[in-house]
Amino acid sequence: MARITAGIGSSHVPAIGAALDNGRAGEPLWKPIFDGYAWVRQWMQDEANRPDVVVLVYNDHASNFSMDVVPTFAIGCAERFDPADEGWGPRPVPPVLGHPELAWHITESLIGEEFDLTIVNRLDVDHGLTVPLSLMFGQLSQWPVKVIPLAVNVIQYPPPSGLRCWKLGEAIARAVASFPEDLKVQVWGTGGMSHQLSGERAGLINKDWDKRFLDALSADSDWLKALSHREYIVEAGSEGIELIMWLVMRGALPARVRELNRFYHVPASNTAVGHIVLEPGR
Amino acid sequence: MFSRQRLDDIPGTIVFTGDRCRRGYALNQMCMSLMRAENRARFKADEPAYLDDWALTAEQRKAVLDRDYAAMLSLGGNIFYVLKLAFTDGRSTQSVAASLAGQSQEEYAAMMLAGGRPPQRPIAA
Repeated sequence: MARITAGIGSSHVPAIGAALDNGRAGEPLWKPIFDGYAWVRQWMQDEANRPDVVVLVYNDHASNFSMDVVPTFAIGCAERFDPADEGWGPRPVPPVLGHPELAWHITESLIGEEFDLTIVNRLDVDHGLTVPLSLMFGQLSQWPVKVIPLAVNVIQYPPPSGLRCWKLGEAIARAVASFPEDLKVQVWGTGGMSHQLSGERAGLINKDWDKRFLDALSADSDWLKALSHREYIVEAGSEGIELIMWLVMRGALPARVRELNRFYHVPASNTAVGHIVLEPGR
Repeated sequence: MFSRQRLDDIPGTIVFTGDRCRRGYALNQMCMSLMRAENRARFKADEPAYLDDWALTAEQRKAVLDRDYAAMLSLGGNIFYVLKLAFTDGRSTQSVAASLAGQSQEEYAAMMLAGGRPPQRPIAA
């Protein structure tokens, strides 16, 4: 049977991808960030830790979807997803290979229990999905995992509630547990941490709140589940709302989790970078 | 029963609600069209002619031609969409964010390196 072996949270700042792609990862501005992910890159080298499939929860930044159609939750069921041209050409990273069998199983399981996902058969994936892959695996000619993209609307209000995201994670965990093939699956929640790109508060960073959020992932589920959109925006900035996507990851793990690693850094361009690795607790 | 949370009183913050989506639809989709290289080329060759193809208001059209990002956002623009226009000009996200905060990019970048801007919160009702 398939099983969820870990959950990972990570920022997906586009400038991090640009720094890597343009050979600037060793510069003082960026080196601390790549160093901060050295632990997880090493951990992923061990086949016991590396998953077969990642359910990668991210948001599209007006790259594949536009204002014509705004799906709240969309699952990528294709064989392959190409890096999107975000206005300066696609990132020079490998195509992302999907796992259509598990993706369709999750789709059938979730819709069967009234979690009505949008099914996507053609999807170009932007920095929201590819930057976390680069941070976890570095620069490779092909990604060492299959990926099921799960896009969440966090741009057009109203996005789903954090609690709904948590429940989506729980439903994904049930779906994975009923997939007959023996697969190791990780769920990644991406985006955040505190940041705001517009208005007079642009440049907002809230280290205390970010730390509380990271702590709560293993210590205070009730606080996380109760966070409102308003609290995310006030405390973590208008783009800090992306953190609801981490709750899909957290919801896919059992009540008790063990924190294996954590990294936090300010800034990457406009954003506080956060990263955490959690495994099911025993 | 559903009750809408207040989101319009957070200082210096734009929340992209449905009314903004309705006002900014054409503006945002015009920006989205700049994702395609051939459209960027047509836009750069003759901006007014390119904008004629889109149902922008006179104010939105002026804001685009003037590269007035604060005005674009106040007229229904969404930050992730108007950034496509900035990228077409070769401008970075950080330089647009700085201008929206009323700072030079140098000031803004220094502020970020020093830990960012502390959150200013709404005044409790």
